[in-house]
Amino acid sequence: MNMIEVRDLHKTFEKNDVLKGIDLVVKKGEVLAIIGPSGSGKTTLLRCLNLLETPSSGSIRVANITIDTALPLAKQKRDIRKLRQHAGFVFQNFNLFPHRTVLENITEGPIIVKGEEPAVAEKRARYLLKKVGMANKESAYPSALSGGQQQRVAIARALAMEPDVILFDEPTSALDPELVGEVLAVIRNLAEEHRTMIIVTHEMAFARDVADRVIFMAEGRIVEEAPAKEFFSDPKKERTRKFLKKILEEA
Amino acid sequence: MDEITKLILDSVPFLAKGTAYTLGLSLGSMTLGLALGFAVAFMRLSPLRLFNWPAKFFISFIRGTPLIVQLFLIYYGLPEFGIRLDPIPAALLGLSLNVGGYTGEILRGAIGAIERSHWEAAYSIGMTPFQAMRRSILPQAIRIALPSLGNTFLSLLKDTAIAATIQVPELFRQAQLISARTYEIFAMYISAAVIYWIFSTGLSWLQNRLEKRANRHLRAA
Repeated sequence: MNMIEVRDLHKTFEKNDVLKGIDLVVKKGEVLAIIGPSGSGKTTLLRCLNLLETPSSGSIRVANITIDTALPLAKQKRDIRKLRQHAGFVFQNFNLFPHRTVLENITEGPIIVKGEEPAVAEKRARYLLKKVGMANKESAYPSALSGGQQQRVAIARALAMEPDVILFDEPTSALDPELVGEVLAVIRNLAEEHRTMIIVTHEMAFARDVADRVIFMAEGRIVEEAPAKEFFSDPKKERTRKFLKKILEEA
Repeated sequence: MDEITKLILDSVPFLAKGTAYTLGLSLGSMTLGLALGFAVAFMRLSPLRLFNWPAKFFISFIRGTPLIVQLFLIYYGLPEFGIRLDPIPAALLGLSLNVGGYTGEILRGAIGAIERSHWEAAYSIGMTPFQAMRRSILPQAIRIALPSLGNTFLSLLKDTAIAATIQVPELFRQAQLISARTYEIFAMYISAAVIYWIFSTGLSWLQNRLEKRANRHLRAA
């Protein structure tokens, strides 16, 4: 069963075509990595998937919810919010609620959006904090945490909504190098649980090890897609080879 | 007992009555003005001109004209249109509108200062715009707005004295009346000044406490 289906997605900012017709299918339990140079549209694609960015045209299905830009989006607001509950989002800059403790950050969605009992939400939050290795920090405020710790809490916050899909937008790009590992380890664990995930990343080694499939984007289009191992060992397109070569030289 | 002490003691009931009016007027227009301020701020932030234009106009007028003129317009001016208000309701209305204009602009600025990413974080877990505003944006905005709101309320406490000009029997007015009767001008006005000062200091103290509380999440644990 396909968990995500994107059809002919376009996004235009002013007169700038950022996405020029993206078709994408992600199977249940699949881990998809999206790579590409900056400005290729990969983050915009991810943000369109949960409608943080409004697509100019095309349709998006996540689980059993479809948003179609052919119909007025103002009438699909309820569905958009439902879709977001199915598609957890992890931001590059964590974006925790700064005025709430770690535990409150995680219970906020379940209690406020889903109307869950606080006790139930807190129980799950503590379980999730343990899972991301932050069990001893539940009453800390985000400002007292390192970037890596904040990002792990942000992942727990996304998980707390029990989403079908988790979208990661360059989850380690804002971190000091020594903190990257702890966040990648958490994502790796989630991959081993066969959660459906899309990860926009610059970490090539991580993409190769963790993703089932890799998509390479450039100039608003999908240039190449292949199973992860194959993608890195035997890229077919010239554009992909150039990009990988450049990245490897920099590393 | 010397004469001055006796005079001050005699005037205590009048000053106390005046203080009661001053505090009532302050608290009343603080509450009403803040409520109005929220309404004005939300209108001002609305993309619809129907809402934001009147709010812009209101803020501009309130901030661009003297409070005493605003009070005179209400108390002496409105009767020409058949709207006759007693001194206290007129002062309450005028001060509330004034505070509403200032706090509206303060809150608008504070809400606007919250980065888009905070809206997105709230939306990403499925919140409605209203939930995002109430749970994430407003609590953060109020923290930013607290110092300016405190200053506005401090000004308000002292500006209630202007209500004396439309016959409100508040503290300053009482001091005026007693000093006119007794010619103990300095003694009366310094008594009034000290009373304003005491309550201003209390308000500042409260403001500091609130700011500390609102900032507690910024202290490293």
